[in-house]
Amino acid sequence: MGFLSPPPVRTLPLTGEEPKVVVPNGNGNGNGFVSAGRKVAPSSLAIDRMAVEDLSIAYGSKVAVDSVSLPIRQGEVLALIGPSGCGKTTLLRSLNRLTELTKTASLKGRITLDGDDIAGFEPTSLRRRVTMVFQQPNPFPMSVFDNVAFVLREQASRRPRKRDLKGQVESALRRAGLWEEVKGDLAHPALRLSGGQQQRLCIARALAANPEVLLLDEPCSALDPQSTKVIEDLIVQLREEVAVVIVTHNLQQAHRIADYVAFMYLGELVEYGPAEQLFGAPRQERTREYISGAFG
Amino acid sequence: MAVAQTPTARRSARDSSSSWRWTDRLGLAFAWFLGLLFLVVTVGIVIYLMVQGIRFVKPEYFVTSPSAGFSESETGGFLDPLIGTLQVTAMAMAIAFPVGLGVGVWLSEYGRPTWLARLTESTVEMLAGTPSIVFALFGVLLFQSPVLAAFSQKNEGIVFGRSFFAAAAMLSLIALPLVVANVREGLQAIPGHVREASYAVGKTKWATTRRVLLPAARPSVVTGAMLGVGRVVGDTAVIILLLGATLRINPAEGFLGEARGTGSTLTSFVFQNAPTGEANQPEKAYAAAFVLLSLVLVLNVVMDFVVRRGRRLTWGS
Repeated sequence: MGFLSPPPVRTLPLTGEEPKVVVPNGNGNGNGFVSAGRKVAPSSLAIDRMAVEDLSIAYGSKVAVDSVSLPIRQGEVLALIGPSGCGKTTLLRSLNRLTELTKTASLKGRITLDGDDIAGFEPTSLRRRVTMVFQQPNPFPMSVFDNVAFVLREQASRRPRKRDLKGQVESALRRAGLWEEVKGDLAHPALRLSGGQQQRLCIARALAANPEVLLLDEPCSALDPQSTKVIEDLIVQLREEVAVVIVTHNLQQAHRIADYVAFMYLGELVEYGPAEQLFGAPRQERTREYISGAFG
Repeated sequence: MAVAQTPTARRSARDSSSSWRWTDRLGLAFAWFLGLLFLVVTVGIVIYLMVQGIRFVKPEYFVTSPSAGFSESETGGFLDPLIGTLQVTAMAMAIAFPVGLGVGVWLSEYGRPTWLARLTESTVEMLAGTPSIVFALFGVLLFQSPVLAAFSQKNEGIVFGRSFFAAAAMLSLIALPLVVANVREGLQAIPGHVREASYAVGKTKWATTRRVLLPAARPSVVTGAMLGVGRVVGDTAVIILLLGATLRINPAEGFLGEARGTGSTLTSFVFQNAPTGEANQPEKAYAAAFVLLSLVLVLNVVMDFVVRRGRRLTWGS
């Protein structure tokens, strides 16, 4: 049995101050998130983009995702939470068919993008409409400009040329909030940027394809708190233009930025609902235990 | 991010050695001893050859062709062997590099079906372990066959079987495993998420390999090519059996005469002019050995530079 409410926090006293203990105003049934406060107001519009229908994914005989159904909407940030190995990353990867790269993976059920089954898409064209950002910042070993331009060009081609892509590269970097920091030297090697800048470059890259859905797999777990905040603000801004799905281990983060939260456990979708409701008054016992830190 | 160990971290590791057991200290001392021993031996060889060589090197050797004569003052320089070395190396690498790059990429990125990949891997390993004299002998048999007559010269129906083509083809087999191994290792060292990041923006496997993976693996690719060049430059057996070891470059008539003709390289020149060789002109041999050694050393320095420059930037795993 874990804490029903988060433990009291003792703030370190400054010189000449009495140490004081901050007790979170737990609301009886159990967690401290409500007090943490949400960062954003709910978004006004919500357009259905993707739908996951009774999706099951197995690696060999091991079931990783078990009959999950979910909507994914533009105008909302959907956070997938759950303990390690619960299938949230697998679910995320199935949305742009990256699961197919694993030889043993098999998939049942249906995922649609704007009404069309994604199984019928060419993987390359699907992945331009549903792009992804990974846990580790992984810019390509080229300049900042070329990282974005690579996505804008046809496969391995060097065309169109740099000056014709300038506008699009700038707009992608602006949307990712990186433009001001890199505009002076777009030829800078991307791998020399700081971790947070690299991750925003990866987001710029993912946005350059003008996707309908942006997938983020624990995008802040390798970053410091400062960079994390910058990226969180960015995600919230982006939800108006693209549907955002984020996998996170960080419940506070999910609470700060998500409009909807899906809690997964052992491959099953235990609970799906608006962030306020899922964190404030979870309907399922397991959800309540997880978000109050009892397991996982 | 792979960050170089900071000086403080290294110092603290050394400080902690004060608590080492005596067996560890003995081991450390032994390691130091062996390290220094090899260093002394290697540096000794290099310095000896450099000193010996530089005494005998004359600028005119670089611009005069070797010729027959009775004393070392009459026998000219090593212009032809020098050109021969460059030419045969270029030709061998022109075969080994693209093939090795292709095989390395295939092994690392495709590798299907698995049995074929395994077979390829063991074949390449076998090539790496084959003595070059065996390649040379095989090359003689191969290129003397009438089917491959076009690659060398023919005299009254008899295929000579010796040419720059023949030597380069066999030398490329010596360089190939080094190129393959380095390309493959370089590609495999790239974390999987980097590949996925490229697929995840709609790139094909080929575009990913071409534009992301190969540029990232460039230091390894260069290392492989340079190591290959080093082996090819230094090989003697194949040259003696397959290049004809003629005093001067002796082009054949007709199409691509240079490549179908015979010649010699610095290695075969040293071999023949060494005190145990046919010509026995030790001064020329030392001079040529000096040039050969300098070539290889320069190559190593260049390689080191390229590799260091490339390795500084990398991803977390």
